Amino acid sequence: MSGGDGLDGALFNRLFALFLIVSLTMLALVLAFLAAAWFRRGGVRQDGVADENGRASREPLLRALLIGWTALIAIGLIGLTFASFLTDRGMADAIPPDRRTINIIVTAKQFWWDVNYAFDNEPSKNIRTANELHLPVGVPARVTLKSSDVIHSFWIPNLAGKQDLIPGRVNDLVLLPNRTGVFRGQCAEFCGIQHAHMALDVTVESRAQFANWLAAQGKPAPAPASPLQKAGYLYVMNRECSGCHAIAGTAANATVGPDLTHLMSRRSLAAGTLPMGRAGLYAWVADPQGVKPGNNMPYVGLDANELHAVTAYLETLK
Amino acid sequence: MRLPKGRTGCLSHPPLSPPCIQGGRLACALFLCLGLTACDREQRSLNGQPKAETIALANDPRDLSYQENSYQLSQGQRLYKWMNCSGCHANGGGGMGPPLMDDEWRYGGRMEDIVRTILHGRPNGMPRFEGKITEQEAWQIASYVRSLSAQQGQDVLSARPDSMSASEPPTLAERGKVLPENNLTGPKDEQN
Amino acid sequence: MNVLSGKELPRDGEMLQGEALHARLDKTWRRDPGLWGWVTTTDHKDIAHRYIVTAFTFLVLGGLLSLVMRLQLATPESGLISPDRYDQIFTMHGTTMMFLFAVPVMEAMAVFLVPLMIGSRNIAFPRLNAFSYWMYLAGGILLWVAFILNIGPDAGWFSYPPLSGPQFSPGKRIDIWAQMVTFTEVAALAVSVETVATILKQRAPGMTLARMPLFVWVSLVVSLMVIFSMPAVALASSFLIADRLVGTQFFNPAEHGDALLWQHMFWFFGHPEVYIIFLPGVGFVSEITATFTRRPVFGYPLLVLAVVAIGLLAFGLWVHHMFATGLPRLGYAFYTAASMAVAIPSGIQIFCWIATIWDGRPRWETPLLYVVAFIITFVIGGLTGVMLASVPLDLELHDTYFVVAHFHYVLIGGAVFPLLGAITYWFPKFTGRLMSERLGKTSFWFVFLGFQLTFAPMHWAGILGMPRRVYTYPTGLGLEQVNLLATIGAFVLATGFALFLVNSLMSMRRGTVAGANPWDASGLEWATSSPPPPYNFPHIPVVSSRHPLWDHRDHLPVMTGLRVDDRELLLTTVMEARPDLREPSPLPSSWPLWAAITSTILFISSIFTPWAVLYGSVPVAITLIAWFWPKGPVTPEPVIQ
Repeated sequence: MSGGDGLDGALFNRLFALFLIVSLTMLALVLAFLAAAWFRRGGVRQDGVADENGRASREPLLRALLIGWTALIAIGLIGLTFASFLTDRGMADAIPPDRRTINIIVTAKQFWWDVNYAFDNEPSKNIRTANELHLPVGVPARVTLKSSDVIHSFWIPNLAGKQDLIPGRVNDLVLLPNRTGVFRGQCAEFCGIQHAHMALDVTVESRAQFANWLAAQGKPAPAPASPLQKAGYLYVMNRECSGCHAIAGTAANATVGPDLTHLMSRRSLAAGTLPMGRAGLYAWVADPQGVKPGNNMPYVGLDANELHAVTAYLETLK
Repeated sequence: MRLPKGRTGCLSHPPLSPPCIQGGRLACALFLCLGLTACDREQRSLNGQPKAETIALANDPRDLSYQENSYQLSQGQRLYKWMNCSGCHANGGGGMGPPLMDDEWRYGGRMEDIVRTILHGRPNGMPRFEGKITEQEAWQIASYVRSLSAQQGQDVLSARPDSMSASEPPTLAERGKVLPENNLTGPKDEQN
Repeated sequence: MNVLSGKELPRDGEMLQGEALHARLDKTWRRDPGLWGWVTTTDHKDIAHRYIVTAFTFLVLGGLLSLVMRLQLATPESGLISPDRYDQIFTMHGTTMMFLFAVPVMEAMAVFLVPLMIGSRNIAFPRLNAFSYWMYLAGGILLWVAFILNIGPDAGWFSYPPLSGPQFSPGKRIDIWAQMVTFTEVAALAVSVETVATILKQRAPGMTLARMPLFVWVSLVVSLMVIFSMPAVALASSFLIADRLVGTQFFNPAEHGDALLWQHMFWFFGHPEVYIIFLPGVGFVSEITATFTRRPVFGYPLLVLAVVAIGLLAFGLWVHHMFATGLPRLGYAFYTAASMAVAIPSGIQIFCWIATIWDGRPRWETPLLYVVAFIITFVIGGLTGVMLASVPLDLELHDTYFVVAHFHYVLIGGAVFPLLGAITYWFPKFTGRLMSERLGKTSFWFVFLGFQLTFAPMHWAGILGMPRRVYTYPTGLGLEQVNLLATIGAFVLATGFALFLVNSLMSMRRGTVAGANPWDASGLEWATSSPPPPYNFPHIPVVSSRHPLWDHRDHLPVMTGLRVDDRELLLTTVMEARPDLREPSPLPSSWPLWAAITSTILFISSIFTPWAVLYGSVPVAITLIAWFWPKGPVTPEPVIQ
C-alpha cells in the first residue's frame, strides 16, 4: 500500500529500497559466514584435550575479518543515517513557504474523524465533513491535527507517514499528492474499542473536480420532497438524531457526531466500516452497536416505519 | 517430577516437592471459584434495550445495571457534556440550573427520579429530553448525576475527567439554606 | 547447631572432606523438611526453580492468548471474540510476556546460575530473593484473576493516557495493570540488587572481572540496567494510578499536565527493557557456543565491551518509539543515530559467535542449533530495527504489523531461542537429567519453522497497511493470505513449544542421568554435582583462568577454611577477587512471605481506597521490623583444636 502517490510516499519508497538493499547484503554476508562455519566442521579443540585431526586456529585471520566487518557496518550505518536524515529534510523542505496551500483541520474523536476545511480569508466558505478528505492533485495541503479525547494517529499510507493527534497538542502535516486516486487512511494509534474501524477515505482529484466538490459541500441540504422523506426529516429534526448531528440548512446543528449535510457523497459510513449505500444506511441506522460495537452512536430502536422514513431522508443528503 | 530412585542423600533435590503440587491444586481450585463470580461493576453492555416508558414509583430493575457500573457512569459523564447539561448545571456546581453536587433534590434523588426529570423535564427550565436522547442515555446520565453528590461507590467513579477541574459548590450553610424535609426520601411531585 | 563436639570440626579442610564434609554441610545448608521448609527456603536454586516454573506457566498462558488472537485474525471481519475482549487479550498478552515471563525468567536464570558460575554457596540477600518471588507471584495472580473476572486491562501493555486515564478507562482495569507493574518492579529491583552484590562480592578467589563467564558479565549489566530503568516506569505507573484514584493531573493537558510525559517515562524504561530481555540471550549464546565448539568464545573482551555498550546505548534511544508524536525534528536525528549505533556492538557479537563456530570443533546438538536459529532470526530482526530507526521509514511503518514482526524477531529470536537452548543446556543442573535429544531436535524444528511462518508474513501485512492492535481488518486490502499464513504458523510454533514442554516434563522423570559435567563444559557450575547440593560446592574453588574446568580437568584447586557448622560465604574483593571476608548467610525465614503478603494487601487494597496506603503500611512495617529484628548473638566463632 505504501506507494509513491504522494511526496512522502515517493521519498519513502526510495529510502526503503536503499535500506532493503543494504540490509539484504548484510544478511547475505552473515548467512554466508554461518554456512561456511557449518560446512567447515573443524578448526581445532581448544578445551585442553589433544585434537590430532584439527586444523590450527586461525585467530589472526578472524581478527582481520572482524576489523573489516566492523568497518563495513559502521560505514553502512553512517550512510543510512545520512540518507535518512536528508530524506527527512527533503520532506520538511518540499513546500515553498510562499506557495498557496489548502488548510484542513482534522480533529480525531473516538472513533471517527471530524474534518474542517478552513479558508482564513473567506470564512463563509468553510466546510465541515467527516471521515473523508478531498485533495486537489499537486497542491500542498496543510493538515492541522488535533484530538478531543485520546491519542490517535493520522496515517494515509500512500500519501504520508504518521502523525499523532494528541489532546492538548497541535501537530501538523503537509500532504502533497502527485496522482489522482482513492486512498485509504487509518488511525494508527490504539484509541480504544473501535480502533480497528477508524478509517478515512481520501480522494485525490483534479483541481476542477476539487473545486466542484468544494462548491457542492458548501451548499445546504435540500428540503425533503416526498411524504416519506418529510416524515424522515421530521424524525431527524425532532428526535435523537439532531441531538448529536448537524445538517446545514436545517435546525440540526449539534457537533457531537459527524456532520450529515452531504452524507451520501461520501464513500463509506461510520469511518470506513460500511460501504455507502442504502443497505449500509439501513444496517447502520437500525443498529449501530451491532455494526460497530462500542462506538458512541446509541441504539435508538426505530420501528420499521421510522427506519424507512429516516433512511429515505438521509438518502437525499447528497 | 521426582528424581530417580537410586539417588540418595542431599543430592536428590527435587525442584518441586509434593507440598508445592498440593498448593498448586488448591490455588487452581480457588482460581476456578473466583471465575464463577462475575464482576458486574465492569460489565460493558453496549446495547441498551429501550422499553416503553416504564418508570414506576417503585424501584426500577434497571437501577442495578446503571448504578454502580463504572462503564455506564463514564458514558453518562461524556453525555453530560455532549448534551450540554453543563450549560445550566456547570460541572455539577450549578448556574442557571440548580447544583447537582449538593444533597438537595427538588424532584427526588433516586435513579428513577433523575431519569424521570431528564426525560420529562421539570417546570422552570428543565427541558424535556424524551425522544432527544435514548432511555439508555438518560439512565447513564442519571448514574453520573448521582455520582456528583457522592452517592456512587468511590471505586465506581473516576477520579477526574480529562478536562478542567470543577470547583466546589457552595455548601448549604454558605448559601444560608435549610434542608427541606423529606429531601432524600422521594419525589416531590409524587407527594403532592 | 553450633554445639561443638571434639569430633566435629568447625571448618572444611584436609581433616574434613568427602562424605563427612558432605554430611556436615548438608545438615547446615539443607532447607527444613516439608511444606514449611519449602515456604521458608532461602536457597537460590529453590527460588530460581519456582521462578522459572512460574514464568513458563505465564508463557503458556500468554501463548494461548496469542493463539486466540491469531484465530480471530485468521479471517477478515471475524466475529469470534468481541472487540472489548480482544483488547483485553492483546493487552494481557503483551503484559504477561513482558512483565511476567521475559524479565522474570531471565532474572531467574541469573538467580540460579550466577552463584554456581562464580563458585559461591548462595546468592546475596537470599531472603530478599524469596520476598521478590512472592511479590512477582502475587502480581501475576492479581493480573490473571482480574482477567478471568472480566476486569483485564484493555489499554495495551503501554497504557498510554488519556486512554488509560480516569475518563476513558472507567473501572479498575488499568488500576490493576498499574499495580501489577508495581509488583513486578519491586520483584525485579530486588533480584537485580542481589545479583549485582553477588557478582561483585562473592566471586571465587581468583575470578577477576576479566575472568568472569560472559553470562555473569551480562547479568551484571542487565541488573544495573534494571536498577536504572525500572524506577522510571514505577514512577510513571504511580503517577497514572494517582491520576486515576486521587484526581491528580499529571497527564491531563486541560490542567497543565501532559499526555506525552507518560510516553517519555514509559519508553525510558521500555526501551532498556528490550535489552534487559535480549542481553541474557547474549550470555546464554556465548556459554553454549563455547561448550559446543570446544573453544573459548572468540573475542571475549569485545563481547564484554559490546554488552556494556548496548547497556549504555539502550538509555539513549527511547524517543524512536515516539517519532510520530511531533517532537522537534532535529532532535530525532540524534535518536536515529543512537538507534543505528546499537547495530555496531550487535554486529560484532554476531561475528564473534560465528567465528567461534567456524574456528572450533562444533557438536551440532540442540543447544547449538538454537544458537544458529538465534543468529539468523536476530540478524533479520536487527536489520528491520535499523529500518525503524530511520525517521521517514518509521513514520510509515510505526504501529503496523511490520513492527509486530520486528520485535517478535528480536525478542523471540534474540531471547526465547537462546532461552530454550539454555534450558536444554543447563537442564542437567536443574534436574540431574538430560533432555531427550531426539524430541529436542523435533521441537526445535517446529519452533524455528513455525516462528518464521508466523512472523515473516507480518512484515508484509505491515507494508500493506495493517495497523497493530486491531481486532479485525476489512476485506479487499490483500491482508487475507498473510494473516491466514501467520495463524497457521502460530499453531506450528505452539506445537513446537508444547513438544518442548513435554520433553522437559518427560526428561525430568526418565531422561538419561547426567554426571556433573555431561557436556564437557568449562564453567564452575559444572564442577559440582547435577543437581548441585544445597551448599553448591564442598570446597570453594579457586580460579586462575576463564575456563577453569578445561585448564584443570581433574584437579580444580580449592580453598578451605569456611565454617561448616554455620552458613558462611566467602566474600572477595570487587576487582581482583582476593579473599576478603567471611560473611554469614541468612537462615530460612518465613518473614519474607509475611512481608510479601502484607505488601500485597497494601498494594491491592490501595486500588480501592487511597487510605489503604496509610493503614496498610502498618502491617508492612511490622513484618519488615520482624524480618530485620536482630536475632540474638551470632553463633560463636569456633576455635580449631
